[in-house]
Amino acid sequence: MKFKILAAALAAGALCAPAHAQTEIQWWHSMGGALGEALNGVADKFNASQKDYKIVATYKGQYPESLTAAIAAFRAGNAPHLLQVFEVGTATMMAAKGAIVPVATVMANAKEPFDPKAYLPTVTGYYSDLKGNMLSFPFNSSTVMFYINKDAFKKAGLDPNKAPKTWKEVVAAAEKLKASGSACPYTTSWPSWMHIENFSAWHNVPIGTKQNGMGGFDTVFTINSPLHVRHIAMLGDMSKKGLFVYAGRTNQGDAKFSSGECAMFSGSAGAQAGIKKAATFDWSINFIPYHDDVKGAPQNSIIGGASIWVMGGKKPEEYKGVAKFMAYLSRPEVQMDWHTLTGYVPITKASYDLTRKSGFYDKNPGADMPVKELTLHEPTANSKGLRFGNFVQGRTVIEEELESVFAGKKDAKAALDEAVKRGNEILRQFEAANK
Amino acid sequence: MEKRVVFRSAWLPYALVAPQIAITLVFFFWPAAQAVWYSFQMQDAFGLKTQFVGLANYAALFKDGNYLASFKVTAQFSVLVAFSGIAISLLFATMADRVLRGAMAYKTLLIWPYAVAPAIAGVLWAFLFAPSIGIVTYVIKGWGINWNWILDGDQAMLLIVVASVWKQISYNFLFFLAGLQSIPKPLIEAAAIDGAGPMRRFWTIVFPLLSPTTFFLLVVNIVYAFFETFGVIDATTQGGPGQSTNILVYKVYHDGIKAGDLGGSSTQSVILMIIVIALTVVQFRYVEKKVQY
Repeated sequence: MKFKILAAALAAGALCAPAHAQTEIQWWHSMGGALGEALNGVADKFNASQKDYKIVATYKGQYPESLTAAIAAFRAGNAPHLLQVFEVGTATMMAAKGAIVPVATVMANAKEPFDPKAYLPTVTGYYSDLKGNMLSFPFNSSTVMFYINKDAFKKAGLDPNKAPKTWKEVVAAAEKLKASGSACPYTTSWPSWMHIENFSAWHNVPIGTKQNGMGGFDTVFTINSPLHVRHIAMLGDMSKKGLFVYAGRTNQGDAKFSSGECAMFSGSAGAQAGIKKAATFDWSINFIPYHDDVKGAPQNSIIGGASIWVMGGKKPEEYKGVAKFMAYLSRPEVQMDWHTLTGYVPITKASYDLTRKSGFYDKNPGADMPVKELTLHEPTANSKGLRFGNFVQGRTVIEEELESVFAGKKDAKAALDEAVKRGNEILRQFEAANK
Repeated sequence: MEKRVVFRSAWLPYALVAPQIAITLVFFFWPAAQAVWYSFQMQDAFGLKTQFVGLANYAALFKDGNYLASFKVTAQFSVLVAFSGIAISLLFATMADRVLRGAMAYKTLLIWPYAVAPAIAGVLWAFLFAPSIGIVTYVIKGWGINWNWILDGDQAMLLIVVASVWKQISYNFLFFLAGLQSIPKPLIEAAAIDGAGPMRRFWTIVFPLLSPTTFFLLVVNIVYAFFETFGVIDATTQGGPGQSTNILVYKVYHDGIKAGDLGGSSTQSVILMIIVIALTVVQFRYVEKKVQY
């Protein structure tokens, strides 16, 4: 008797099953904590918006870890459909021609409407080839900003509503801050991203030949120019005088600012959320400083963050779902949600306009500064972005050399010459491996 | 007369060691052979394009001045870790051996750190010594020392040595304690009756009798410093500032796992393997001669 009931239940279950099952799309990402919740919200809403596809988002650790996991999975033949890769991994992914499918191709094959021009040029430029084909989908983009602690400025007798605009003003303010007892007038997160990569774009000077590597793998670094040397020497000098306190290679500077220890700070636009939560003082977010005697400065800053890559070797039906999901992600209201929730910049002009109309920027002054900084001028070959092979290693080399300047062990010229020499060796190796 | 157990069966001894051999083959020889094979290749991160490049990876490595500098850092680090680790645990073991009351409690507490994973040990020490928020930093700054291992290479080295030694003390301690307890008491008592003080008894009787243990620990600690300290470094300095704590094994990890350069990373592992084999051979040939069993 029991068996009969069970059999009947099973049969009923089989009858009720949908005519065709949902197609699952695996998405590996690196958004932890509050950002992870926001990402899951995006996936859930997409899943609820239609019935054919299901995005399964999985947190795979920090950026380098999820990239490693995906590479291992690819070698074993079970890579995810979508993979979030940080910006420095762009060249590695791009070179892996058999492992990825360009987003532009995915969209064209699925006949999803897709207009690359709808996106902010500084964002798409970073992830497109020279012909303008989008290779990966810009998901979370930020840029580097300059923050000041207004209370510390007041205490030092500085005008808290006038954040330093040039590096000369930064040094002058730092001296006053130090005299007022500040143990850390200025610090930075992401030293290479801020003081080499964005510094170059902001002053419209190249980081490397061949349009910062976008024009081919046979690029060489040019970060030992007189302007670069002068800037790094200035930082080394500030470090010696106690005007600049080095915090480390990643985002360790964020905590030094939000705890009130450091009065001025350059870090990701994404640091705002943490500062809002932790800071017990008045602060403001501003454009990064520039050297005012450099012609063409300030130009525009470049992005950081990550994009979504579509992996190769999947079924056509699955790629259709991927295309649908990317089209969904580009919708202005979806973008606005993501932007206002996380602090990452909106990646389409339409979503930027929509957010402005919603009054979000009036309620959150400064929240539109990152977009303004990214789009200050039409990007040039020097400020579109960069694409260097094995740049994870390249950045480490740059940071090691910067540290030797900040510690007073090397002078700026010697350190940057060495960074170029070692960096170029890495580039040559990448070129040879990807011939 | 020599006592010996002899297997009469032809296959039984082999069958008994077979599982051990199988494990060694699968988990040591196979990956090691693979590393050697990869070291002659150049590969992109996804393994889509593989070229046989002969010794090019080795040539590139030895042309790189920073790789050679990494040897120096590794040598410094392992000598510091092995010697201070052994010296401190020997001191603790002799102390714990003399304690009459609550000996169990001391011993248990001393063995505890061994149960902590290297990465967690690294994080613990990184917190204690963190440049802005660390408790120990607060005290050190009170003494007027500018403590910032994020920028000061010597301080960074000190930090990882302290963290690595702390982890290894328990292990050394256990062996020394066992060694001490196996020294016949009448020997020491006889020396005491002859008028030898505690120091003299230690250096002329205890220390020589402990030499097999010390030798064993020397080998183990060098290998520990070369390989297992990786977790501590990854959780604290990540090889920086500059390259001041970039020991060979950490560079292998960074280049291979984080940067996706399998060929270069494998080449470094092969070299590392050769160094450790050479070191162990040297230790057994020369140092062991001075050991009294």
